[in-house]
Amino acid sequence: MAQELSCVVAGFGGQGSLFAGKVIATAGLIEDREVSWMPSYGPEMRGGTANCSVTLSDAPIGSPLVLAPNALIALNQPSFDKFIDTVVDGGTVVVDTAMVPQLSEPAGVTVIGIPATKLCEEAGIKGLGNIVLIGKLWAEVGFCSREALDAAIAKCVPAKRPEKLEQNRRAIELGISA
Amino acid sequence: MAEKVLMKGNEAMAEAAMRAGCRFFFGYPITPQTEVAAYMAKMMPKVGGTYLQAESEVAAINMVYGAAAAGARVMTSSSSPGISLKSEGISYMAGADLPGVIINVQRGGPGLGSIQPSQADYWQATKATGHGDFHLVVYAPSTVQEMADFAFKAFDTADEYRVPVMIMADGMLGQMMEPVVLPEPLSADELPEKPWATTGHAMKRLHNVVNSLYLTAEDLEDLNRERYERYATIIENEQLSESYLTEDADIVLVAFGGAARVARSAVNAAREQGVKAGLFRPITLWPFPTEALSALVPQAKAFLDVEMNMGQMIEDVRLAVAGAAPVEFFGRTGGVIPTPDEVLAAIVALNEKAGE
Repeated sequence: MAQELSCVVAGFGGQGSLFAGKVIATAGLIEDREVSWMPSYGPEMRGGTANCSVTLSDAPIGSPLVLAPNALIALNQPSFDKFIDTVVDGGTVVVDTAMVPQLSEPAGVTVIGIPATKLCEEAGIKGLGNIVLIGKLWAEVGFCSREALDAAIAKCVPAKRPEKLEQNRRAIELGISA
Repeated sequence: MAEKVLMKGNEAMAEAAMRAGCRFFFGYPITPQTEVAAYMAKMMPKVGGTYLQAESEVAAINMVYGAAAAGARVMTSSSSPGISLKSEGISYMAGADLPGVIINVQRGGPGLGSIQPSQADYWQATKATGHGDFHLVVYAPSTVQEMADFAFKAFDTADEYRVPVMIMADGMLGQMMEPVVLPEPLSADELPEKPWATTGHAMKRLHNVVNSLYLTAEDLEDLNRERYERYATIIENEQLSESYLTEDADIVLVAFGGAARVARSAVNAAREQGVKAGLFRPITLWPFPTEALSALVPQAKAFLDVEMNMGQMIEDVRLAVAGAAPVEFFGRTGGVIPTPDEVLAAIVALNEKAGE
């Protein structure tokens, strides 16, 4: 079994941070691990930032609120700034550099920037930057098997939108190879 | 085994209620419980049930009263300020011996409060959900699985004792997703008979009356005494709790619902530091699991009550401990979720104090 993943996914409302968190949680479900997903649901969602905490573990999960993540997906600058200092030593941060121009790298933390939204646009699958970053995080820390990752995408994308599933799969590949 | 699905706590409670035969839901939107109503609105028509968004919480609870009087399995849900509005109707249901299920996905209070997770309605749920001599059975789930399990079980408990039953959740549990195995749906013929229900007598029996008004004081006293005999049976049979690492614990945390999850993380962290901490988690808040908690008294050096409020359950903890050990409190309020680190600090401090 993989080690525990304590992940925060954060961005503007509408960037798909809650959905991205759900994909990661679903991968954990498919591998029959302990899983929790907890969204922010306060007033900050209205036009501001939206974030969620996701934990994949092999032991029962206590607080579902991730305060000290070992993985962070930051989809915009305010989210990066808000959460970067909460990442634990040895943690991994995956960032969309098209949205986060000012990066910093605290000691002991690995920050990986890829222009996720730009890569999507160039590939003709606009709006899937969140999924590209999941692909990148998976390539870096391998929080589940490849089969579970693919199955999670298939489970989270509505079945009546088959073209969307194909686009999400391409977005994952873009992230893995970026 | 049935398939595990990833669901929000709010949705899991709604689905489990329908599987328990709930076919009437009357509600009114309020954060953070709105997904219960939204799920019911979407799914009830598919099973031939009724979802109705009432004009207010007061209307909704009185619709619950009506459906319960007619013998249906019925539910409503709200969050803290909305439960206050329903409290008159809940008292009427208790006074008329009507079974029904009420969900409270608590948020910060008092007043309109905040929309973030809280447990500040403990006193309301366990002591005074309305006027008069009565109790609700109150379940406090701590996982999405338990939210489904107790939303399902609540209907059986309500029917068995003819009492309203409350599920006490909070914004954390309602909003979070976890894997859950849903209970197998009951069929209509598995539901209990309700010979007391006002279903129409067709001139074949005396008519049934559902009422909570008794102008002769002695009649009302008799009914209240009879109800309290049922409460005595509930106290004897229905206390539920879970103990985690309490066997050798010096410091026993007491926490329910969402706070118990944080407390569990803190207990694990304390153990890593060599502090013998454990967690006692009431699952029924009424009846309070006094017997199981009292059993820990001889071995514990001190108790730490952890709640998302200013300290409410601590009174029941102190009654159970009965002065035999110190009972201290740690809590955050207003919708703030305590962190495992600050609970850990409280454990360590109490452990040092208890060792002196």
